Amino acid sequence: MKADPNNVLTGAHYLDGNHACAEGAIAAGCKFFAGYPITPSTEIAERVSRRFPLIGGVFIQMEDELASMNAILGASWGGVRSMSCTSGPGFSLMMENFGLGLMLETPCVLVNVQRGGPSTGLPTLPGQADMMQARWGSHGDYEVIALAPDSPQESFELAVHAFNLSETYRMPVLIMTDECVGHMTEKVVIPPAEEIELVEIRYSSKKPGEAWPFEATEDLISPMLEVGKGHKFHVTGLTHDERGYPVINAEAQAKNVNRLVDKVNKHAEEIIWLQEKDVEGADVVVMSYGISSRVVQPAIMKATKEGIKVGQIKMVTVWPFPEKRVAELAEKVKSLVMVEMNLGQVFLEMDRCAKGKCETYLVGHAGGTVHNPEDIYNTIKEAAK
Amino acid sequence: MSAKVEELIKEEHPMERLLRMDRIPHIWCPTCGLGTTVTALSTALEQLQLDLNNVAVVSGIGCTGRVAGYMKLDSFHTTHGRAVPFALGLHIARPELKTIVFSGDGDLISIGGNHFIHTARRNVDMTIICVNNFIYAMTGGQVAPTTPLTAKAATTPYGNWEHPFNLPLLAASSGAVYVARWTALHVRRLTAAIKEAISKRGFSFVEVIAPCSTLYARINKLGTGLDLMKFYHDNSVIRHGADLNDVDIDFQSKIVVGKFVDIEKPTYIDCLNEGGKRAFGDKYKPYGGGNGNN
Repeated sequence: MKADPNNVLTGAHYLDGNHACAEGAIAAGCKFFAGYPITPSTEIAERVSRRFPLIGGVFIQMEDELASMNAILGASWGGVRSMSCTSGPGFSLMMENFGLGLMLETPCVLVNVQRGGPSTGLPTLPGQADMMQARWGSHGDYEVIALAPDSPQESFELAVHAFNLSETYRMPVLIMTDECVGHMTEKVVIPPAEEIELVEIRYSSKKPGEAWPFEATEDLISPMLEVGKGHKFHVTGLTHDERGYPVINAEAQAKNVNRLVDKVNKHAEEIIWLQEKDVEGADVVVMSYGISSRVVQPAIMKATKEGIKVGQIKMVTVWPFPEKRVAELAEKVKSLVMVEMNLGQVFLEMDRCAKGKCETYLVGHAGGTVHNPEDIYNTIKEAAK
Repeated sequence: MSAKVEELIKEEHPMERLLRMDRIPHIWCPTCGLGTTVTALSTALEQLQLDLNNVAVVSGIGCTGRVAGYMKLDSFHTTHGRAVPFALGLHIARPELKTIVFSGDGDLISIGGNHFIHTARRNVDMTIICVNNFIYAMTGGQVAPTTPLTAKAATTPYGNWEHPFNLPLLAASSGAVYVARWTALHVRRLTAAIKEAISKRGFSFVEVIAPCSTLYARINKLGTGLDLMKFYHDNSVIRHGADLNDVDIDFQSKIVVGKFVDIEKPTYIDCLNEGGKRAFGDKYKPYGGGNGNN
């Protein structure tokens, strides 16, 4: 399906990452947005609230983030593409019902414009320290999909992509951006609607009485059921069978939870999106995501000029983690370096997957500002020894 | 067993069209008020002759939270306290559906209290059926924000010393356009109230005072389920349009029941469209739900 031209603001614009993200969601056909104001994410909600009335969408400012997350799940079951945005503390509040979204296998998009934490932390300054919360913040076992844009242009593109992933895999998808990208203004080129390809969720073609909301399928992605069509289906946050009926025992738990996890893992290679540069033959590979993948550039240039063979991997998707690729690289390179605006979160995954086959380095930062490229350069130099 | 009795047993249960018979027997205790309340809703839906494809039920967590799982309708069992905002999203996406939230006092008014008052304030077109058994029953009988003063609960072993909420007053002052209270004994009146509530455009609220003989009555030595029904019989006072400041429920006091509020007010979607027209004039097309451009 192509994007609807009524929704797409085709042309070259000067937008910040948050506005671009909103435009991406609108281009992707988002028609319901429930949110609660929080710095530094609020511009997404503000832009949506301005744009929606004339394109048939509904923006609602909810009483809190718990309500926002639930409202988008309800709207999604009503067949409407839905999203919310938030930052650190609000993300914490959304976690329980993000889990409900995973359990009910409900497509929707949630944006976290990361700021410094913990607690109220640094409302107006950047961080990337919610990455493990994105991965594990709700209770129980599950897998997530999380994208990390590095620019306003990518904020637009990944918002569209996030909706496509959520409709493809019938699950909530996270956009883990940050204050820096959110408030950075750059040129954003929005293509014509006919160049924006949208995935439409697969609805069950079965008749009422024969269709179940969590029907077992080979690809582990159950077709969605539409309300109001006579299916009279039931869904619950309790452990359930494919009919959606609660079943409270270990066998049902194993089946239910393993399927949720396998659904992502089985499709990991299709979901994982890495942008690699000069990785072949490199001694040191610098991994990063979001704004940090731009901050590493001067450090890599400087090290390359000095003759160090440095490759780089920008992780467009952070979750699911590229386990295989890291394991492969660990056999070949001297060192892997993770640059992230936290004190070592995604680094732990990189280190785990390297299995001691190469040296691993973290260039961490508590947030509040981006890294000093000099610190990254120094680590690359150390890693190349 | 006589042939006649067997014939009767073979007959379809009158509520079968509305219940997930493949999930019966349910988990509720004997003498619980939930069976009666579900019957009242089922009867109301039958009598309203609604297209059942267009009715959705949303529940939270708790004994009453299990209602969504037994109704043969599109039904959603959500998280604790969050049935109302989930229902709000569903309603906005599909305003043509009748959206009914069926949940308990702890779920709707304690953990979900903020959503309850704000959704009433917005006058979102949905019906809330709140089964009030004065206690957290699913978790074993802890105190609730509705537990009367001095009543005992698992976490108020010396009697409750907190003021409880007066639910009709809370609903009305938050903006509900329809407010009624009945007990699980008042089956016909309760059914009629649910019918009115579902037919009402806007945020409608029906409180159902319901017996919990397993926990509330046992802890407070109030007897059996039957004793509680007798209590409702002897102590309910029907007072339509009562001053809502006077409908507090004290421990084993008189229970004022009736229809308290029935007013007209633009709904959330009415107001949304009003606002759109005000801002954009003829360029604005009224919102009618769904994904496409309307």
